[in-house]
Amino acid sequence: MAEPARLTREDVAHVASLARLALSDDELDTFTWQLAEVLDHAADVSSLDLDGVAPTAHAMAVTNVMRLDEPQVCLDRDEVLAAAPDVEDYRFKVPRILGEAP
Amino acid sequence: MSALGSAPRPALETAAMVRAGELSAVEVLEHHLATIEAHEDDVRAFTLVTPDEARTQARAVDAAVAKGEDPGPLAGVPIALKDNLCTRGLPTTCSSRILDGWRPPYDATVVTRLAAAGAVSVGKTNMDEFAMGSSTETSAIGPTRNPHDLTRVPGGSSGGSAAAVAAGFAPLALGSDTGGSIRQPAALCGVVGLKPTYGTVSRYGLVAFASSLDQIGPFAGTVADAALLFDVIGGHDPLDSTSLNRPTPRVLSVLDEGVDGMTIGVLAEYLDGVDPDVAARVHQAAEALAAAGARIEEISVPEVALGLSAYYLIAPGEASSNLARYDGVRYGLRVDAEDTAGMNTATRSAGFGAEVKRRIMLGTYVLSAGYMDAYYNQALKVRTKIIEGFDRAYAQCDLLLGPTTPTTAFALGAKTEDPLTMYLSDVCTIPTNLAGHPAISVPFGTGDDGLPIGVQLLGPALAEGDLLRGAAVVEAAAPPMAPPALTASLRGGSQENREGVS
Amino acid sequence: MSTEWTMVIGLEVHCELKTATKLFCGCPNAFGDEPNTNVCPNCLGLPGSLPVLNQRAVELAMAIGTALHCDIRPSTFHRKNYFYPDQAKDYQISQYDEPLNVDGYLDLPDGFRVGIERAHMEEDTGKTTHAGSSGRIHGADYSLVDYNRSGVPLVEIVSAPDIRTSDQARAYVTELRAVLVASGASDGKMEEGSMRVDANVSVRRGADAPFGTRCEIKNLNSVRSLGRAIEYEAQRQITLIESGESVVQQTRHWDESAGRTSALRSKEDAYDYRYFLEPDLVPLVPDAEWIQAVSDTLGMMPAERRARLAQLLTEAGGPSEAQVDQITTVVDLGLDDLVVEAVAAGVGTALALARTANEAATDAEAARVLDPKAYAELLTLEAQGSLSATQAKAVLADLLAAGGGDPAAIARDKGFEAMSEDSLAATVAEAVQTNPDEWSRFCEGDDKLAGFFTGLVMKATKGQANGKAVAAELRRLRG
Ligand SMILES: [Zn+2]
Repeated sequence: MAEPARLTREDVAHVASLARLALSDDELDTFTWQLAEVLDHAADVSSLDLDGVAPTAHAMAVTNVMRLDEPQVCLDRDEVLAAAPDVEDYRFKVPRILGEAP
Repeated sequence: MSALGSAPRPALETAAMVRAGELSAVEVLEHHLATIEAHEDDVRAFTLVTPDEARTQARAVDAAVAKGEDPGPLAGVPIALKDNLCTRGLPTTCSSRILDGWRPPYDATVVTRLAAAGAVSVGKTNMDEFAMGSSTETSAIGPTRNPHDLTRVPGGSSGGSAAAVAAGFAPLALGSDTGGSIRQPAALCGVVGLKPTYGTVSRYGLVAFASSLDQIGPFAGTVADAALLFDVIGGHDPLDSTSLNRPTPRVLSVLDEGVDGMTIGVLAEYLDGVDPDVAARVHQAAEALAAAGARIEEISVPEVALGLSAYYLIAPGEASSNLARYDGVRYGLRVDAEDTAGMNTATRSAGFGAEVKRRIMLGTYVLSAGYMDAYYNQALKVRTKIIEGFDRAYAQCDLLLGPTTPTTAFALGAKTEDPLTMYLSDVCTIPTNLAGHPAISVPFGTGDDGLPIGVQLLGPALAEGDLLRGAAVVEAAAPPMAPPALTASLRGGSQENREGVS
Repeated sequence: MSTEWTMVIGLEVHCELKTATKLFCGCPNAFGDEPNTNVCPNCLGLPGSLPVLNQRAVELAMAIGTALHCDIRPSTFHRKNYFYPDQAKDYQISQYDEPLNVDGYLDLPDGFRVGIERAHMEEDTGKTTHAGSSGRIHGADYSLVDYNRSGVPLVEIVSAPDIRTSDQARAYVTELRAVLVASGASDGKMEEGSMRVDANVSVRRGADAPFGTRCEIKNLNSVRSLGRAIEYEAQRQITLIESGESVVQQTRHWDESAGRTSALRSKEDAYDYRYFLEPDLVPLVPDAEWIQAVSDTLGMMPAERRARLAQLLTEAGGPSEAQVDQITTVVDLGLDDLVVEAVAAGVGTALALARTANEAATDAEAARVLDPKAYAELLTLEAQGSLSATQAKAVLADLLAAGGGDPAAIARDKGFEAMSEDSLAATVAEAVQTNPDEWSRFCEGDDKLAGFFTGLVMKATKGQANGKAVAAELRRLRG
């Protein structure tokens, strides 16, 4: 497998915005070298030739786990809404949304 | 308060006496609350101590015994819960600011099972934020200290649970192990820690870090107590799709069967680069197993050397998705902003600590377009190779033996500046999680610095029975280890300590 | 539109499954309940919660796959990661590169075949309402989220880009809707959002040119808007190209009131969803036995149902044009069983079909659960002349409201006692005697006066007389 390009400050800034994290310039610098160091260490994995090896996402091979279509008791609405930072009209209130879902 | 001056009893003995009506659960609880009161300021094992709720539970246990009912196998045994286990109505913070004040409207399955078994929960234990760390130093409320040396880390991420058992705050505790978070702190604090087979203990109500690796498991002072606790919390749960549909394990009953006839491999890769005093203890444990009738072989599984890298691609990948929900909309912290995306960002930036941010960004990066194949998918293939390596080893032997950690407990602050150095302390525990296998850390004497050393037994999937038989043999042969100084001072039963309890 | 331009259309239809509970938790799958009452740790995305797959949802998804002639395959669930307040976990669990159903097709009533690329399972989001004057997302001061819909099971059905006209697109959605209803998977209510359509539209010169750049149109809430939006969008693209510009690959929003589409975002802003296998769920591997069992429970599909009704009219020389429409209506509304059972009980096909398409169809929801025996009895009373058409309609309203009943008893209660032949004859005779001029003109062949006499009889009987019986009596008297 070809080695990916080294992580840049711009990559970290992009990833932070995808993850909804705001970073100061200092944090950006620190995170860039720290993450690059971890990814450099991971070169032992990314550089291996593993063509034809099946990936393992679940260590235990289990299939077809399902439940019956039977209603369960729901949570108490007052308890649910009491945990919310802001509520109006029995709904979770959020500031304006600047666009449709992606 | 008659129990205060006596040595701590194992959970097995306490439960037996409470069930027989020879000891009251309230009495047991008050002893432990007194110990907490006396030493929690030094150790800082808890995010929350719940004496009122605990007293209610203990009184219910005593009432059941008085009525001739059996409160269960953990009757009156105090237990500490890692603060990533949901407890209905009680704060569950994962030691993170972002969950400050959140009280789950439901109990984790393990919490329900503990209550049904008569256990008495004394509180929630400190941890690395969202279980991301190896020293409990990433906790938003500050680090827990190692009861054996308050200037050292207890390990992590379940450092609070390990320290609580080591300090005598509770004979049992629950932790979670994603890359070693039970075994590593157990080793550093001189207690027993078991990471069960993936799927044997329900994850329902465990706040997720890396879902395909996370597993809840017991901390205890003895191997038998760990077995007792595992028998209570294990077994199929329909609320967790990854829970294995098998009968509840019964490892306590096979504990005394020994290792005669077993083949145990000493895992060569795990001895590479570990401190000599740690390596010496591993060899000493191997001799003890041989003396008990096991055949000892040296085994090599070269693939485990790739475990650390694969883990730091897979676990952050899953974590970046698992931690997206902390967005300030439904629960927990909110930092206001003009619009929702800004509010999400402000909330997450203020609510997460540096290590959590680091792993979220790492995980987001390895899953992102253009890098997914080189990193995340490649790591999943390495996972296959590691499983194949272990399979080869287990075709030759029943269990593997190695150290739990490369060193004894390090000093607070020693590794906080360089994440990679910190990550390396999990090098001997991570491959087990990638394979979904069980492993146990058993205290085995001390290092040159007088601090606890843990040796680790590893087994194939669902081999908890064999694993605990081996652990019992190792435990029986373990060199003596002085109890933590603070517990020793309590045993003197000073008047001052007792008065501290309300 | 210039004749040389042709459209290429692919449709993505999201269909809510008619289960009792949500896809991954036991909360009720219900529309219109009080906000945030059908929620639990899972569908609220609370820390520590875990999904468990609903078996019924899987079986309904397999039923859809079977009805659309798909291969039903081993499949997995992925996480589609993006932040949005209606997405409780900030990721959606969806099937990605291993969907349950692949490679099927749907035949339209005119025989045109549309390929189905895939039909996969995923969970719905919560519902956001925007506070402020516009009620829309733009210009809202803040928004409110209700998670009752969060986790409701969906199947997304992706067609091949085989559709060539807006009429075909409409026919596809109409037929697909009928298939979804017939398979028991969906109630097909577009107006309640239980079926939602996105359209991929591009244009090209001639029928063999390579595909042009496509735009995806969202917010199509009815078959009518689908047709309008496609026509608008195709014309917009043609105008762009003819004026020397090029189409930019975009997602566009259909504004029903303005009758136009507007850009939401372009391909360059394509979001990085970071799909990865959902570690909290295990693979779904349906075996042949299970697939067969689901297939066995599947009822007749609309095409088959239409053929069944047409068959009943074979002796009459096949359905007339009006009857073809009636057949389509009753099948689309799921009322064809009523027709078949009425015919089996001896009612004439033409009457059963006409009454079902015109009267029962006005409250299709109630008609679908109507006792077919009671319905057949009612039509028999009407066919026998015991009830007039007007009376039969009134009795039907009562039957629909109650889900069934005894039509004769209802008619009696309403005072619709069928007139005896004697009293009808007497009333007709009286009308004839009091209007001798009109009667003689009628006898001379002015048939229009039949209506005059019928009107008099109806007035005298307060509408209770059977029109056909009156006409018969008039003819008898005329000799
Ligand atoms: Zn729910």
